[in-house]
Amino acid sequence: MRLNRREFIQISGATAAGLALSRCAGKGGLFAPAQQAKALRIKDAKETTTICPYCAVGCGAIVHTAKKGDKRVINIEGDPGHVINRGTLCSKGAALRQLSENSERITTPLYRAPYAKEWKKVSWDWALTEIAKRVKTTRDATFEAKNAKGQIVNRTMGIASVGSAALDNEECWIYQALLRAAGLVYIEHQARI
Amino acid sequence: MTNHWIDIKNSDCILIMGSNAAENHPISFKYVTEAQQNGAKLISVDPRFTRTSARADIYAPMRSGTDIPILGGMIKYIIDNNLYNKEYVAAYTNAPFIVGKDYDFDDGLFAGYNKQTKSYDSKKWAFEMDANGVPKMDRSLKHPRCVFQILKKHFSRYNTALVSKISGTPEADLRIIYKTYGATGARGKAGTIMYAMGWTQHTVGTQNIRTMAIIQLLLGNMGVSGGGVNALRGESNVQGSTDHCLLWHIWPGYLKTPRASNFSLAAYNKAWTPKSNDPLSANWWQNYPKYSISMLKSFFGENATPKNDYGYDWLPKVDDGKHYSWLDLFDEMYKGKFKGFFAWGQNPACSGAHAGKNREGLKNLDWMVNVNIFDNETGSFWHGPGMDPAKIKTEVFFLPAAVSVEKEGSITNSGRWSQWRYQGPKPLGDSRSDGQIMMELGNKIKAQYQDGGTFPEPIRNLKWDYLAKGEYDPHAVAKEINGYFLKDVTLKGKVYKKGTLVPSFGFLQADGSTSSGNWLYSNSYTEKGNMAARRSTQDASNNIGLYPGFAWCWPVNRRIIYNRASVDLKGQPWDKENWVIKWDGAKWSGGDVPDGGWPPLGSLENPNPKSRHAFIMRKHGHGQIFGPGRADGPLPEHYEPLECPVERNFMSSTYTNPTAAVYGSKADVYKTCDPRYPFVGTTYRVTEHWQTGVMSRHQPWLLELQPQVFVEMSEELAKLKGIKNGERVLATSARGRLECTAIVTKRFRPLKISGELGSEVHQVGFPWCYGWLKPKSGKEESANLLTPSTGDPNTRIPETKAFMVNIQKI
Repeated sequence: MRLNRREFIQISGATAAGLALSRCAGKGGLFAPAQQAKALRIKDAKETTTICPYCAVGCGAIVHTAKKGDKRVINIEGDPGHVINRGTLCSKGAALRQLSENSERITTPLYRAPYAKEWKKVSWDWALTEIAKRVKTTRDATFEAKNAKGQIVNRTMGIASVGSAALDNEECWIYQALLRAAGLVYIEHQARI
Repeated sequence: MTNHWIDIKNSDCILIMGSNAAENHPISFKYVTEAQQNGAKLISVDPRFTRTSARADIYAPMRSGTDIPILGGMIKYIIDNNLYNKEYVAAYTNAPFIVGKDYDFDDGLFAGYNKQTKSYDSKKWAFEMDANGVPKMDRSLKHPRCVFQILKKHFSRYNTALVSKISGTPEADLRIIYKTYGATGARGKAGTIMYAMGWTQHTVGTQNIRTMAIIQLLLGNMGVSGGGVNALRGESNVQGSTDHCLLWHIWPGYLKTPRASNFSLAAYNKAWTPKSNDPLSANWWQNYPKYSISMLKSFFGENATPKNDYGYDWLPKVDDGKHYSWLDLFDEMYKGKFKGFFAWGQNPACSGAHAGKNREGLKNLDWMVNVNIFDNETGSFWHGPGMDPAKIKTEVFFLPAAVSVEKEGSITNSGRWSQWRYQGPKPLGDSRSDGQIMMELGNKIKAQYQDGGTFPEPIRNLKWDYLAKGEYDPHAVAKEINGYFLKDVTLKGKVYKKGTLVPSFGFLQADGSTSSGNWLYSNSYTEKGNMAARRSTQDASNNIGLYPGFAWCWPVNRRIIYNRASVDLKGQPWDKENWVIKWDGAKWSGGDVPDGGWPPLGSLENPNPKSRHAFIMRKHGHGQIFGPGRADGPLPEHYEPLECPVERNFMSSTYTNPTAAVYGSKADVYKTCDPRYPFVGTTYRVTEHWQTGVMSRHQPWLLELQPQVFVEMSEELAKLKGIKNGERVLATSARGRLECTAIVTKRFRPLKISGELGSEVHQVGFPWCYGWLKPKSGKEESANLLTPSTGDPNTRIPETKAFMVNIQKI
């Protein structure tokens, strides 16, 4: 965690306690705020900071992940120690937990065969091996050492790639390196659209 | 952004045009609001009265695609009323440069136009050079062929009556906007522009931004706090993915992708390293070979040697003059030119202009790899609307990716801040981080080439050691991007040990003794640690919200670029209160990292020979009012969108951009002034959804807030078509159809385009955040089914912000 826990409580404690109080009132009982704060679900959670994955303002958020049980995200909220958003988030940022904790996520590789009507589940090893084979077959079949003018171009014309602004910087760098080493020239992403 | 988000608070006047920041960059409004509370004016110019307009001091409507007339009129107003910062313009911009006698402009065409190739010979726009090869200048700005006089003449045609006739913006609105924004030309005042795809997605997109850049240079708003030209980028790391160049035309750090004519590394470096004969020009790109060779060392490690040109021949070359851009890529796919396709973290079946053409193209592939968090309209195109799986051969591999909170790494925001984020939970189920997938795929491809294959060298020799105990290691890549000393190097008497990280790009070498995956990020991960992970909330001494110890910003943590233009010739800030840097007589002190440590010019007559011109990335060191490097002219000129509701361009007989990118397949249909498509259409987003909605349509909260694709229309248009608020209607264009829910609203109003047309122009708008897969009804589709496959000649960004449609009851 990057934000000192004490600082975090100091900044957001009043709000959190106030919220807790109103919830309790609804259930017909009133607890002292301090007592209620002890019972917060994030009490023993791991705290990590993140940057919102939506627009490019770059707002900070704090992710609370359960240390026990399913070890999934319990809560995500604006990071009060972040100098840009100072704890605030828009509706998308506020719904960030529903992105990671979402039953509609695909969690195994899938394959759709030619003319097939359905996906089938496959293993990572099979999928990546088969993709690598196709990269080689297509690259070798469509590789141009020279262009029409006889200039050396050493490029693969039969494969294109789009993506992605959703990748981290480090991933962007290795992805472009891999694509360029494979000879691709049709490399594009969200910057134009 | 030349500036950054927090700096918006320092502005005196904020123009938001081509963007709806309140909706799409909501937290930016924290700083817009703060500026307003301090007395700043907010101006919103938009075809629609948006959430941004609702907070504005001044709102004006416009016809989509007429930004250049509106801004061109502002240039005329600024010059006519002497509102520009004369000292700034004479010293820091190319306004004094003398343009050669070949330059001409007549009836919408610049000199050098070739009708056959639909392109210009930009040599006709060259500057006149003196005997030493330095541009001739008239710092008094009076020479009839100096840029300032050419600019004045060019925009003298953009009077408010004509601008209003074209744009539909009332003349009174134009005048108040020009007066309010023009006031930032006063010393110590700063105006800023916040724009987004509303400006870029036009056949004149680049020139839209050039027009504003000219205004900012005239008013002395570049380099200053609260100023700048600020592109509000729409994705969390679209800045970083652009910096690292997941784009056909550039290598990491904005180096050029080699052209076929660049037959060797030496030829490549020579072709792309600009030369200036002006001793006062820093001409920063003169360092180009240091960056390109250091990058090749990062690509190929020890396998890159002087003997093999550091592996230069192993990387692909593009043909001179040919484009491999988004629109070109999908045009080729439509024609069946590709067998394989990676759609990695992107959904082109919904996001690309003319989505129907793109979807058809996907059918022509042998195989596709789709990496995403959720199933999406691209990976599942084969069972989408109008598709018969039994007839579609394309194999699809779907690889499930981790969500951002499940992995570690950095992303770069619109203000160029690279920020590190940490892993919370592990990737859900059997999903994996993109980095892990790439590393393993790379190893599998390498294995395929172990025993042969065509031209295996680049694949075999690619440095690919970013796994630590089988796990993708983002720190290892971040360090590679920053760069290393590969030998013991002695610089200025100090020894830098082999294997240590370079402190910044100032240490990179062209002899193979250093590596750096991206010179622009050199300084981001040094022996002092991971700069992007910093969290200091301490502001700099000038207290303008730079927060230099929070995260890291390229280049070299400079938060406001071109900041040596924020001071006068003596190095004293134009703005005494919100100053960026200042010269104390011996050095730059306090504030931001200066744009080079050279002393100020002192005077134009006897400049300090140790000084350098302020715009160090430009060959001649000056901000470019006259830009001879563009495909469609050195100055902006209004052309109508490829599809528009007016039968002529009131500025000239050159109707549309004569260099615009157009395509000729049977899918590429354009209909202008066609009674079947009488209304101007445009697209946008909503706060609750993001891009095509793959990362927002699956969240119950967000989908409930914005469940349906809609079309916003005026009460007048609704009455004309007998449409009621909330009804489902059908929108059609020459390319596709879209069922959507009608929102009848006062936010759109018919525009009076005066004079010859004598009729009202109606505009409608669609969010493009939907697709047939989710929500499950299958009825909420992408608005890009309507948009055209045409684009800007420089960037080839599609024209999805102005096209013609019809709306009818179902």
